[in-house]
Amino acid sequence: MVSHHIIILVYEFVVHNSQLAKRELKKTLEMVSHVSIKLASERVNHSVASNNDPPRFYTPGEVITGIQDFMRGHGTYAEDDCLKASVAGVMQKVNKLICIRPLKSRYVGEIGDVVVGRVLEVQQKRWKVDTNSRLDSILQLSSVNLPGGELRRRSEEDEQMMRKHLQEGDLISAEVQNVFSDGSLSLHTRSLKYGKLSQGTLIKVFPSLIKRRKNHFHNLPCAVSVIIGNNGYIWISPHKSDILMEGNKDAIENYEIQPVGKSERETMARVKNCILALVASKMMLDDTSIMFAFEESLKYDNVKELLDPEAMLDVAFLTQHRINIIAEE
Amino acid sequence: MAGLLLSSTEKVFIVHGVQEDFRSDGRSNIDYRPMELETDVVSHASGSARLRLANTDILVGIKTEIDTPKPDKPDMGKIEFFVDCSANATPEFEGRGGENLASSISNTMQRAYHSSQAFDLKQLCIVEGKQCWKLYVDILILECGGNLFDAVSLATKAALFNTRIPLVKALLMDGGNVDLQLSDDPYDFKFLDVGSAPLLVTLCKIGEKCVVDPSAEEESCSVISLIVGITGNSKSYCADKGASNLSDVDIKCSTISMNGPGSLAPKTLKNAIHQGIIAAKVLDDSLGQALLRERRENINSMKSSYGFLK
Repeated sequence: MVSHHIIILVYEFVVHNSQLAKRELKKTLEMVSHVSIKLASERVNHSVASNNDPPRFYTPGEVITGIQDFMRGHGTYAEDDCLKASVAGVMQKVNKLICIRPLKSRYVGEIGDVVVGRVLEVQQKRWKVDTNSRLDSILQLSSVNLPGGELRRRSEEDEQMMRKHLQEGDLISAEVQNVFSDGSLSLHTRSLKYGKLSQGTLIKVFPSLIKRRKNHFHNLPCAVSVIIGNNGYIWISPHKSDILMEGNKDAIENYEIQPVGKSERETMARVKNCILALVASKMMLDDTSIMFAFEESLKYDNVKELLDPEAMLDVAFLTQHRINIIAEE
Repeated sequence: MAGLLLSSTEKVFIVHGVQEDFRSDGRSNIDYRPMELETDVVSHASGSARLRLANTDILVGIKTEIDTPKPDKPDMGKIEFFVDCSANATPEFEGRGGENLASSISNTMQRAYHSSQAFDLKQLCIVEGKQCWKLYVDILILECGGNLFDAVSLATKAALFNTRIPLVKALLMDGGNVDLQLSDDPYDFKFLDVGSAPLLVTLCKIGEKCVVDPSAEEESCSVISLIVGITGNSKSYCADKGASNLSDVDIKCSTISMNGPGSLAPKTLKNAIHQGIIAAKVLDDSLGQALLRERRENINSMKSSYGFLK
């Protein structure tokens, strides 16, 4: 039974590969152009079928079940003696509890999540941070490590110096410390691995594509660091140098404005395009899938070729294939 | 366009990238992001087109009407632009927020199409001094993801390429008054000659260099952007086999305008215009190929409309 399955997968892979070979030949014959205008009739279907059966989707207003025996969870409401969905998503059933998990939604925080956020405001004893949730998150002054590293009571002076530490527009990596009753999050950066982020690029994706993992800080083997925030903000940066750990103010400032090398820039751009390719095919993001996508994309010499919808589908398809192989082992 | 909030180190990264001609997604300074085009989306308009450039979505509809020509230009038709920034496009367009942007886009388009070498209005003349065609170009901004001028000019050119002008069948000269009879047959029309219609190219100055098609992050790193209107090359829009024998028409610049609180040194201005001309040439060529491809596909079969379904 298993061997049949593998043969079918290999066949699909071979057929896809021969179509790919034709396209690749065409590409090498053309010059890499600066502009690409495609027609709507040439649009590529980005769905990448995974191994399992596709789950059952519910649309808002659709009847889930007629029996009133079940408890209503998130995303459902009761009308006319039956249970209906209020959001578009996948059903989750736990014993008698039915909830609908929406495909695209704002980030809902849990304690212990790693998030990447942008400082929006500097208020009296706290900062307001944007984390792609319904309400802005809060970073209290008492939840940050003051430069110098001492543990002391925050004085009046510290309040005046808040802007020196974090300004409007700064990006930080933080952990969710607490969830308030209205759903807003309280963050903290009380560890050396959290704090202000320096040079790099930010990508915004749907929070539902990000799995909860033990580790969200990944140093990829291709010399690029990736922070996958649970809130859908992904930060790509070159490998952190040891200078930042020392805490010397002048050395840090100098390092922050050093231009990033060409090869590192290329790798960062490639990782960015791979992540966007996985997002376009609605695949789950974690360090293994990003690494697989990176390796599959190496056959495209020019990084900007990965912006083409066909190339994106190709990378996503091959990554899904590799993930399926691992899942079967 | 209000810029995104960015940290100082992110801006430093972007500026250094532009300096090395390698942007954050691997594009060079004169590369555009992949675009999608569809014409003939609005069935009750004489011509229409929809263009999608990354997050920007533009819909252009063209209506034709019979009008009297201007007394000082008796043999030329008229063309009028109207831009509507839909409130769905971006939160800043709520209420009357989009009006300034809409009027600046329509003024720039009007200036770009003003010259007779850009768009020949003589082809819209019916009876000299008495009747001419007037084209109403309605541009609707459905989604705003930056780089509006380029997308608007591309969509307008595609819509004009798609416009069908009904042919005049009968003419009654009644002592000075002209009574026209238009053909009832929907297949009895002529296409316009839009090969030389201008394309607007926005060049955003980031650091020392200029980039084409900036993303929203790149736009918030620049203080000034230059918009150049460059006329097209009719050769790319001619489906005949003998088209390659036509001589290359000189490309001309039909309008220049600047946007933003900053300033440009004369040398940077010159370099930016040259860069814009190169970018416009490639853009024009690609648009011509795509439009000819679509016309060839639809010439026999019934067109299956994709429109807004996907």
